[in-house]
Amino acid sequence: MPPEPTTDNPSTTSTSTSPSEQLLQEQQQEQQQQPQPQTHTHHTLPPPFTHTPTPLIPLTQGAEALVYRTTFLTPSTPAILKYRPPKPYRHPTLDRRLTKARLLAEARVLVRCRREGVAVPAVLGGDWEAGWLCLEFVAGETVRRVLDWWVEREGWRVKGKEGEGEGEEGEGEGEERDEAMLDLMRKIGRAVGKLHTTGVVHGDLTTSNIMLRPSSPSPPTSTSPNASPNVDEEEEDVSAYLAGTIVLIDFGLAAQSLRQTQEEDRAVDLYVLERAFAATHPTAERLFGEVLRAYGESYPGAKASLRRLEGVRLRGRKRSMLG
Amino acid sequence: MIALGLEGSANKIGIGLISHPSPTAGPIVLANLRHTYVSPPGQGFLPKDTALHHRKWVVRLIKQAMRQARVKIDDIDCICYTKGPGMGAPLQSVALAARTLSLLWGKPLVGVNHCVGHIEMGRAITGATNPVVLYVSGGNTQVIAYSAQRYRIFGETLDIAIGNCIDRFARTLMIPNDPFPGYNVEQLAKKGRNLVDLPYAVKGMDCSFSGILAKADELAVLIGEDVPEAKRLRSEEGELITREDMCFSLQETIFAMLVEITERAMAHVGSSQVLVVGGVGSNERLQEMMGLMARDRGGSVFATDERFCIDNGIMIAHAGLLEFETGVVTRLEESTCTQRFRTDEVFVGWRD
Repeated sequence: MPPEPTTDNPSTTSTSTSPSEQLLQEQQQEQQQQPQPQTHTHHTLPPPFTHTPTPLIPLTQGAEALVYRTTFLTPSTPAILKYRPPKPYRHPTLDRRLTKARLLAEARVLVRCRREGVAVPAVLGGDWEAGWLCLEFVAGETVRRVLDWWVEREGWRVKGKEGEGEGEEGEGEGEERDEAMLDLMRKIGRAVGKLHTTGVVHGDLTTSNIMLRPSSPSPPTSTSPNASPNVDEEEEDVSAYLAGTIVLIDFGLAAQSLRQTQEEDRAVDLYVLERAFAATHPTAERLFGEVLRAYGESYPGAKASLRRLEGVRLRGRKRSMLG
Repeated sequence: MIALGLEGSANKIGIGLISHPSPTAGPIVLANLRHTYVSPPGQGFLPKDTALHHRKWVVRLIKQAMRQARVKIDDIDCICYTKGPGMGAPLQSVALAARTLSLLWGKPLVGVNHCVGHIEMGRAITGATNPVVLYVSGGNTQVIAYSAQRYRIFGETLDIAIGNCIDRFARTLMIPNDPFPGYNVEQLAKKGRNLVDLPYAVKGMDCSFSGILAKADELAVLIGEDVPEAKRLRSEEGELITREDMCFSLQETIFAMLVEITERAMAHVGSSQVLVVGGVGSNERLQEMMGLMARDRGGSVFATDERFCIDNGIMIAHAGLLEFETGVVTRLEESTCTQRFRTDEVFVGWRD
């Protein structure tokens, strides 16, 4: 006969006036008292960026690096400074090892891509001990923002149609707009294909790391649903806006892939991108098919990578538990 | 409303009773009981033995939970059980118990996704509103964020789960499984000082642990007492590498990977809150590392203790009751369980 049930911890046994309930309330109170700071912790930059004539404008705090906009060597050369501060959570030895390896890999890969004609930012300078890398400034917006903008617009268009019953006319416009968007997707596919042709894999190919450098200087103003009275003018704006060049950025996790692992690494690149599409933009997921189609035609080995992608999907997506 | 929750997807059987007094007030934990099947050192828990353990304990634990919570059968609104993911045999045993009770008492059933149970309990306990969730346990390693009625998986392991990696390394070093291997590895790691070079495998927001485990297992052979002095594994300073150093190195490496992919997901979705759930989430070093990362991003980390981190019945009761309140019930004919049940398959009708 089994003994009386015991619990793993005495405090697990709780009644209606339970410690867990107290804990719950306490933690909720704590949460309310905590201020929610919007500014990030200030990092001290390494020299020479401690005294630059141009102010450093923080752009983003990525997972790895703090990204600033500044100038390099001359005040008229706009540049991006990527500073990888030491990560306080990482063991110092591991931190140094990773920072050095990644910074060097990033610089080498960028130089190589540049030489092979892949659209990436140029390397202007760097110091792996201090953890900084200076890169050419790329104007434009991330594809993630373009997709967000597109999703929002689509939502607005569909709602508008339902309300006013525009019918067939509206659909025709939609197709044109879709065509511009699909063209953008094809450009992304070809850009990734070109990258992979050179034997480089990106390693973190999310929509935030793909830039659209527009040929027209400014994006259409109608990003809010309320401000778009003139459809024709806007249509032109949209096509011009989406007609820019695709520039791949953030090669922090990139690698010059070995021949044996190339297919797998390329497939993982595509898989990461697919997931970025699906996770951030559920409605934009179907656009990804066009990216893959263009990718498949971009270089001779692309078909093999696409086949491998099937395998990566099976391993990543469907598996739920392994013992 | 009051729900009874039955959890048994792995080696713990958990029985929980939860009350949702009103839609606005927080949940009240009425009882949260658990019993763990512990296998001998060097061995994992087998499905057959684990299922036997659950069958032996389920009635006794439910009776005690009802007594402790002073809840009568009439007070209970629904019976929630773990539908999956998990190990087949233990899941079946507990689902059978749930079905029996449902028929015996005439109460509706709600099948719950184990991962969603962890997330909802974590949110309720910590008060985190819309965090990036790191779900780390013996069977799962996922970075999750909520979007449009689903918990979407941003990153996950490409092979074995992190807890599985730790548990199996514990088996290699013959570290006891009581109370759980991860706890004993954590205690040893606290005494480790030398960092041994292990592979570091992050791919975007995904990561991989099998290669690290293989390497750690390989190196562990070189620290044995029976290895000739000249061949023993040493640090750069020439010190002999100990079991403690190995545990320390494993933790530092794989936790750094977890923090990195979580940080990447946070940067991607633009969130500053992070919630850590699952058994490995009770590791204090992981919580500390996550806290340092969150602080650097101007955010905060939310974590719970072992009562709610480690598999328990209360989380199944809580998530099931949330679903039940939106009008969802699992019909008897559909009250199956499944080893594969992804987090993003669940329609989250109870959140905006």
